[in-house]
Amino acid sequence: MKVSRFFKTILMVDFIGGLIIAIRELFKSKKTINYPFEKGKISPRFRGEHALRRYPNGEERCIACKLCEAVCPAQAITIESTEREDGSRKTTRYDIDMMKCIYCGLCEESCPVDAIVQGPNFEFSTETREELYYTKEKLLDNGDRWENILAANIKADNPYR
Amino acid sequence: MDYLSTIFQEVYKILFLLIPVLVSVAMIVWLDRRVWAFVQKRQGPNVVGPFGLLQSLADALKYIFKEIIIPASSNKVIFILAPIITMTLALISWAVIPFGVDQVLANINVGILYIFAVSSLGVYGIIMGGWASNSKYPFLGAIRSAAQMVSYEVSIGIIIINVLLCVGSLNLNDIVIAQKNMWFIIPLFPMFVIFFISALAETNRPPFDLPEAEAELVAGYQTEYSGMMYAMFWLGEYANILLMCALGSILFLGGWLSPIDLYPFNILPGALWLVLKILLLFFLFALVKAIVPRYRYDQLMRLGWKIFLPFSLIYVVLTASYLFYFNLLPIN
Repeated sequence: MKVSRFFKTILMVDFIGGLIIAIRELFKSKKTINYPFEKGKISPRFRGEHALRRYPNGEERCIACKLCEAVCPAQAITIESTEREDGSRKTTRYDIDMMKCIYCGLCEESCPVDAIVQGPNFEFSTETREELYYTKEKLLDNGDRWENILAANIKADNPYR
Repeated sequence: MDYLSTIFQEVYKILFLLIPVLVSVAMIVWLDRRVWAFVQKRQGPNVVGPFGLLQSLADALKYIFKEIIIPASSNKVIFILAPIITMTLALISWAVIPFGVDQVLANINVGILYIFAVSSLGVYGIIMGGWASNSKYPFLGAIRSAAQMVSYEVSIGIIIINVLLCVGSLNLNDIVIAQKNMWFIIPLFPMFVIFFISALAETNRPPFDLPEAEAELVAGYQTEYSGMMYAMFWLGEYANILLMCALGSILFLGGWLSPIDLYPFNILPGALWLVLKILLLFFLFALVKAIVPRYRYDQLMRLGWKIFLPFSLIYVVLTASYLFYFNLLPIN
């Protein structure tokens, strides 16, 4: 036992084995991606940047039920609402403090009309804090921009909800 | 006037050597990072320039524009001197490295002693940097580094004696020419292995990177350095690694000799073969960095003093008695 170990040490068997493994790994395909140029695949359920959606006719989905405001564990959502001329209840203010938000997805789950959703975008870092106080305009704009993907994601995730 | 032209000629020759060395240091850093990344199945630096080749230049540019912070309690003169000494010492050894029969800056007869003396001085840069920082991590790192470099220099010295016994000259060009028939790696293979491992320790490469063991010593003697001063330490370190690779290829791999003395190979310039051999050795350096964990300090000292030193001493006796018995001693 001791003799074999002595020879193993002298001949550096383990070290040479390690070198061979390293050389073999050298030519294998890489597990990492060139991030800003390539992006990893994300699930339809991914909880990224928020967006407020509209109906196909352009009407806002949000009915100002304030369920999201109530459920939000970080209390990042602030909603004010009023009655419009046509008798429907709509928001006048819908703010999300993206720095308070913990991206738990409860607002999306609580929404009865699929108005507030979390999209696939995770690259919305800014240079100032002010830019991270999202207003209703910003959220609706997000919704318009991502609508195709958001709708597809909701549809893809629907069977598991 | 005659003086001036001689000086200009010498400066021209020095620049002709120094600039390629500095450029190859930058490339070698890229190669090191790339090999390391590839073994770990990462991409490595691949954005700046083709295949990321200009990454080191981008890094150097960043270091140049960074602020140099000199700690208030440091010994300022020595603090500034330390990286300068490290880099200078790493570069002046290149003066005696032969790239061909007469392609050498200073063909002195004690070339190997010169390299050995300069690389022994190299520890001063580190210990000065560590001491002048006046802070605990640099100090501990510098002490470790000094102890490590001194211990492994002893075994490198004895390994070099092995080679010198076979050559009978301290001139690096003579050492290369003596390997015309057979590279010394064949008769002295165990010495080559020990030389390689000692070179790893001498240049503070993993698994012997104790002076910069980030888990315990932050960054060792470099902790307080920033900006261009840090970059100079870093340049010096890699220039030293390249020098050790060059020394290894001159002592054991036949320097600028072509591997086979046949027509298509022996007309290629010797410098090319030397560069290829240096690259091969450096590739091994980079692979070793990727596969081994760091030694503990007592293991490091045990390996140096209780295994390498006696082993290489015994091999000196063996080589000497073999050469003496078969009357092969090179006597000029």
